Amino acid sequence: MPFKRYVEIGRVALVNYGKDYGKLVVIVDVVDQNRALVDAPDMVRSQMNFKRLTLADIKIDINRVPKKKTLIDAMEKADVKNKWENSSWGRKLIVQKRRTSLNDFDRFKLMLAKIKFWVVFNVLKIGIMLGILFPIPMKAGMVRQELAKLKKETAA
Amino acid sequence: MVAKRKTPVKSRNPNLIRGIGKYSRSKMYHKRGLWAIKAKHGGVFPRHDPQPKPPAAAEKPPKFYPADDVKKPLLNKRKPKPTKLRASITHGTVLILLAGRFMGKRVVFLKQLPSGLLLVTGPFKINGVPLRRVNQSYVIATSTKVDISGVNVEKFDDKYFSKEVEKKKKKGEGEFFEAEKEDKKKLPEDKKEDQKAVDTSLIKSLEGVPDLKAYLAARFSLKSGMKPHELVF
Repeated sequence: MPFKRYVEIGRVALVNYGKDYGKLVVIVDVVDQNRALVDAPDMVRSQMNFKRLTLADIKIDINRVPKKKTLIDAMEKADVKNKWENSSWGRKLIVQKRRTSLNDFDRFKLMLAKIKFWVVFNVLKIGIMLGILFPIPMKAGMVRQELAKLKKETAA
Repeated sequence: MVAKRKTPVKSRNPNLIRGIGKYSRSKMYHKRGLWAIKAKHGGVFPRHDPQPKPPAAAEKPPKFYPADDVKKPLLNKRKPKPTKLRASITHGTVLILLAGRFMGKRVVFLKQLPSGLLLVTGPFKINGVPLRRVNQSYVIATSTKVDISGVNVEKFDDKYFSKEVEKKKKKGEGEFFEAEKEDKKKLPEDKKEDQKAVDTSLIKSLEGVPDLKAYLAARFSLKSGMKPHELVF
């Protein structure tokens, strides 16, 4: 099992410990065996131990220790933000954040939406099993509709 | 006695440090205008002669002197204030009751009474909680707010909720053995009217928000995996 994500200049990483927990940073230089110089558009460039970083799949094209403006332009060009938010890891983090920030009322509304969804789902399932409803194409469409509705609810 | 001023006296001598004013005695003399008052009264500061007091009544010597000196209790001028209301509890906040008969019910906060307790209502039609007093400590404040501008809660205070004093009946021997059947205490009609008056305007504003009535009708409970210290209310 070879490694696929390497520590290199331009590697995007997620900070997993410390004051900047949860931030996406770019490795801008390597200090020594354990530390890297790390930079992000909204923080002062600083050194960080590799143990505090989890490497992401994204890499941008920069020279060693670029100026802040160059770094920001390179990140825009590589579209780091969108790539991250569409990756499965990024999407998971967004959903987690949304779930923890749910209000008591929001949790109640979510519960109602889930109940509604599963009732419809089970009715359709039983209908198909009994052969009452039309087979596969119709069901997939309906299910996808309900899934989209539920996603909207969790996203809202 | 000199007549009371309409505005309280504000010192013209600001404190540099506690106990030390900015201006000296002679400067203050000039600032207060004492020279002007003196000039107005011909170089002499006006004096008011003490008003004649009615002659003090002759005090009779007390009938009884205690053998040991009796200590007088220290003077207590404390005026209790209502408890400080948590910043998260404002008008129309939905609260979760944590103890008592209505444990877990979600309820609308109306106002804080002078005793410090919170006045709260279900509304009664939605979840069965009447106009009730509740202690702030036994309540979780959610961040959901309801519009209670149409509700008039001026007339409710702690005396409204006090228990009615029952007249004590003298027990004769015969009555002692009979189990006195008390009539089940009925709620007086005016309390029901008050409840309705508060609730109708409240329910109207609740209907504006979808699912809110169902939310208030449901009870709160901790389910598996919910960590209260990580929940956002």
